[in-house]
Amino acid sequence: MPPFPCNPLLLAIAAPLAVALAIGLGLPKRWSLRLAYLGFAAPLLCALHVWWHFNNAPKAFGYAYLASYSTGLDGLGIGLKLGVNGIALPLFVLAGVVGFAAGLYALQSTAERLKLYVMLLLVMQAGLMGVFASVDVFFLYFFHELALIPTFIMVGIWGGRDRNYAAMTMTIYLTLGAMLSLLGLIAIYVKSGAHSFDLIALRATLADRPLAVVAQHHLFGLLLFGFGVLVSLWPLHSWAPLGYGAAPSSAAMLHAGVLKKFGLYALIQVVLPLLPAGLGAWGHTLALLAGFGNVLIIGLVTIAQRDLKQMIGYSSVMHMGYAFLGLACGSALGVGGVVLLMVGHGLSVSLLFLLATSVHQRTRTFTMADMGGLGKAAPVLAAFFVAATFASIGLPGFANFWGELTIFVALWPFSAGFTILAVAGVVISAIYGLRAAARVFFGPPSEAFALVAQQHPPTDLSWSERIPALILIAALLFIGLWPRSIARPVDAGLAAIAAPIAPTSTAGGVSPL
Amino acid sequence: MDLSLLQHLAAGNTWGAIRPELALGCLALGLLVLDLLFPKRAGGLVACVSLAGQLAVLADVLCHFHSVWLNQDTFNGLLHPSLAGQAMRVFLLLSSILVVLLARVTLAKHPAPRIEFYHIVLVVTAALMLLVQSNHFVMLFLALETVTVGFYILVSYFRTSTASLEAGLKYLILGALSSALLLFGIAILYGVAGNPFLPGHSADAMRYAELAQFLTLNPHNFLASVGIVLVLAGVAFKVGAFPFQIWIPDVYQGAPTPVTAFLAVASKGAGFAVLLGLVLRAFPSYGWLVTPVITAMAVATILFGNLAALTQHNVKRLIGLSGVSHAGFLLLGVAAAPYAPLAVGAIYFYLLAYLIASFTVFGVMAHLAGPEDSDQELEHYAGLAKDHPFLGAVLAIGLGSLAGIPPLAGFMGKFFVFVAAYQAGMHGALVVAIAGVVVSIYYYFGWIKAAYFEAWKAPAAGSVPVPTPVGKLFGLVLGVLALGSIVLGFYPGPLGHWLQW
Repeated sequence: MPPFPCNPLLLAIAAPLAVALAIGLGLPKRWSLRLAYLGFAAPLLCALHVWWHFNNAPKAFGYAYLASYSTGLDGLGIGLKLGVNGIALPLFVLAGVVGFAAGLYALQSTAERLKLYVMLLLVMQAGLMGVFASVDVFFLYFFHELALIPTFIMVGIWGGRDRNYAAMTMTIYLTLGAMLSLLGLIAIYVKSGAHSFDLIALRATLADRPLAVVAQHHLFGLLLFGFGVLVSLWPLHSWAPLGYGAAPSSAAMLHAGVLKKFGLYALIQVVLPLLPAGLGAWGHTLALLAGFGNVLIIGLVTIAQRDLKQMIGYSSVMHMGYAFLGLACGSALGVGGVVLLMVGHGLSVSLLFLLATSVHQRTRTFTMADMGGLGKAAPVLAAFFVAATFASIGLPGFANFWGELTIFVALWPFSAGFTILAVAGVVISAIYGLRAAARVFFGPPSEAFALVAQQHPPTDLSWSERIPALILIAALLFIGLWPRSIARPVDAGLAAIAAPIAPTSTAGGVSPL
Repeated sequence: MDLSLLQHLAAGNTWGAIRPELALGCLALGLLVLDLLFPKRAGGLVACVSLAGQLAVLADVLCHFHSVWLNQDTFNGLLHPSLAGQAMRVFLLLSSILVVLLARVTLAKHPAPRIEFYHIVLVVTAALMLLVQSNHFVMLFLALETVTVGFYILVSYFRTSTASLEAGLKYLILGALSSALLLFGIAILYGVAGNPFLPGHSADAMRYAELAQFLTLNPHNFLASVGIVLVLAGVAFKVGAFPFQIWIPDVYQGAPTPVTAFLAVASKGAGFAVLLGLVLRAFPSYGWLVTPVITAMAVATILFGNLAALTQHNVKRLIGLSGVSHAGFLLLGVAAAPYAPLAVGAIYFYLLAYLIASFTVFGVMAHLAGPEDSDQELEHYAGLAKDHPFLGAVLAIGLGSLAGIPPLAGFMGKFFVFVAAYQAGMHGALVVAIAGVVVSIYYYFGWIKAAYFEAWKAPAAGSVPVPTPVGKLFGLVLGVLALGSIVLGFYPGPLGHWLQW
C-alpha cells in the first residue's frame, strides 16, 4: 500500500467542507467554482483509492483505514471514528461517484446564486462521505443530518413547482424519521451498557450480552419505522415524489441516489447485527408493507404519473420496496443483494434525474403529454435516457440486475408469494419506464412541444452534460459487467457481522459470479 | 445578643466571595454618578463604561473560576459557591453583556432615558448571580424579588408604548402572584420543619441542608408536600413552565427586545439553576413527588410551547413560545437529574447553546425592529437573505441551533438531555419531546423560509421598518455567536468535562 499523506476517509470529508467554508467566507466567484471542482473530485479520488487498496489494506474487525479523532466527548463514548468495512465500501464509492457527477452537473448549470448552491452541495457531499465512513453510530447520524439540511434549503430556494410545500413536507417527514431513529440509537446506547457509540464496541458488547428479546422487538420496530421514513417505506413515502419533483437536479441526484440509502445502510450495519431477534417479529410486517405497498401500490401509482420527475420519484420509492424485501428475508444473500441494489439504484436514479432536467431544458415542461419526438433532435440524450431506463428496470448488463436477481433468489425460501409479487414488479417498472421513454423521445411531437421546438430548437446533450452522465453510465456498466468488484467486499463485510444474521438454508454467499 | 455571637456572624461574612456581585453593584451606582457628572455626553459613554466594567468582572470570574470559597458555605450558609454557580455566573455575565450590546441598538431608536436602563440591567445581573448561588430560602427570595422588581421596570421601559406598559402590568400582577405562591410554600416548609413534635425538626429550616435532613426523616409529610409543590410553582413561573407560562407571549411581545432577550435567557437560565439546586439539595428525599410533578410539567410545557408557537406571526411571541418549549426540554433534564449523572452537565450545556443561539436571533431582531418595538412580524423578514445576506445567514444559524439541527450546538444540547432522560427511564416523556422537536421544525423553518425562500413577497419599501445597518462591533459579535453555535456543535470538547459533573 503506497503511503497516503493522511487518512483518505478524513480527507474525503474534510476537503469538500473546507472548500464550502472557503466559499462561504467570500471567495470570489471565479475562484470558488474552480475550487469547487477540487472539492467534488477529492472525495471521488479518495473513494477510488480506498476501493483499489481495500482488499490488501490491514483490517481490524473487518474495517480498513480505521482512525479515531477525539471531539472531547470520550467520557460519553462518542468519538469521530472512521473506517470502512465491506458493506460501507460500495456505498462510499457510490457517494463519491454520484457526488462528482452531481457536482459537475451543478457547476455547468445556470442556477441563480450559483455560489450558494455549490456551497450547499459541497456540505452535502461532505456529509455523505461521512455517513459511510463513520464507525461511530452518533456520527453516522450526525453526518446524515449534515447532508440532509442542505437538501431542504436547496429545495426551498431552487426548487420547482410547489417548492415551499415540498420543502416543508420533506423537512417534517425526515425530521420525524431522524428523531425516531435517534431515540432508538440512544436506547441501544443506554440499554447495551457499552457506554460507547462505537459500532465495534456495541457489537462486541451485545454479542456477549444481547438485549432481552422483548426489548429487541420494540427497539427494532422503532428503528425500522424511523429509518423507514428516511427510505420512504410505504405508507410513509409521500414526501419522496413530492420532494424529488420539486428538488433541483443535483440535490435530487444526491438525495435520491445516495442519502436516501442511509436508512437501509443503518438498518444493515447497525440494526440487524445489534438486534438480531427483531427481524423475527417484524420481518413479515416489513415484507407486507414493502411488497404490497412499495412494489405493488406505488408501482401502479407510478404508471399513472404524468409528470416525468414525479414519475422518477415514485419509481425510486418503488425500488426501495425491493430493498426492504431483501432485508425482510434476513439472509446474508438477501442483505448482500440489498447492498448491490443500493449501488445500482443510486447510480441509475441519479442518472435519470440528471437526464430529466436536461429534457426539461429542451421541452420547458415536465408533463410527458406535452413532449414527444425529442429523440430526433437529441439522439444522444435519448440513448442515455433509454439506457438509464433499462438499468432502472434491471436488465442484465447493468448494476441493478445483480441486486434484483440476488434479492429474488434470497426471497424464494422466505416466501414464494412475495417472490412472484416482486418479479411482477419488474414488469410494472418496465411498463412505466418504457412508456415514459417512448412518450418523451419517440413518436410525433405533441402540439405543445412543436410550439416550444419552434421557438427554441432543441439541441443534443452538450459535453458538459454528457460527462457527468457518462460517468454514471460507465459505473453502472462496470458493476453490471463485473459485479465481483463490489460483491467480494460485501461478502467479506457480511461474513464479519453475519454471525447474528441467521443464514437461510441456501445462503452460501452473495457472489453472483 | 452578646459580642461573641456578633463576632461569629461577622466571621461568616466572606465579602470576597461575592466580589463580582459587589463590583457590579458599584458599577451600577457609578453609572448614575457618571450621569450627574456628564449629563450631556452620558448617553454614549455610559454603555461603554458599563460594557468595560462587565467585561472586567467577567475576566475576574474566569480568572478565579476555581475560587477558594468553592463548596463551602459563606455568609453563614446563605450562599454556597460551587462550580455550577461559577458556570452560571459566567452565563449570566455573558448574557448581560449581550443585553447591553442589544440595548445600544434598540435604545437608539427610542426617546427613552439610557442610564437607568443600564443601571437596572447591572443590578438585576448581580441579583441573578446571587440567586443561582443561594443556599437558603431567605437569600433565594430576596434575590428573586430584586430580580423581579428590576424586570417590572425593564419590561415597561418604553413608557410611550401601550404594548410595553401592558406587558409591564401583566408581568407585575402575575409575578406578584408567583412570588406569593413561592413565599407561601417557603412559609409552610419553614413551619412544618420547625414543628417540635416531628423528628428532625430544625430551628433554621430555611437552610437547604437542614430542610433536606428534616425531609429525609419525614418522607411523606403532607404539609411538606404542599410546601414543595408551591415552591416549585413559584420557580416554574420564572422559567415559564406550564401551567405558569400564560404571561409569556404578551410580556415578550411588549417588552423592549433587549429585555425580552434578558428574560428569555438570563432569567430562565437562573430559574433552572435554582430549580436544580432545590431538586438536588433541598428536596432530594421527595423524589416520589418532585419527579412526577416536574415530568408532568415538562411534558405539558413541551406540548403547549410547540403547539402554541405554530400559529404565531409576531416573531417576539414566536420566540417566547418556542422558549416555553425549550423550558420543557430543560425540565426534562431537571426531572432526570437525580437519576442520571449526565443530566446536570447536559442542562448547563443546553443553556449555553440556548444563550448563544437566542442572542444570535435577538441580535437580528433588534436590527430589524422599527420604531414600535412590539411590531415585529414574520412578513418583515421576507427577502432578508437577499438584501442583507449576513443577517440572513446569522439568523438561519441561530434558528437552526434553536431547532436542534445538527451540526449546531442546540442539537448537542438536546441530544445530551435526551440521553440523560433515557438513562433516567423517562421513555414516555421522551416520545413527547421528540414529537415536540418535529413540530418545532415547522415554525423555525417557517421563519427561515420567510427570510430565504419568499424573496418575491418582499413588501414595497416604506411599509415595513428599514433594518438598522449592522455596526462593526455588533457584526463581530453576531459573527462570533454564529460561529460559536457551529464550533460547539462540531467540537463540544472544551465543555465535555461539564458532562461528567
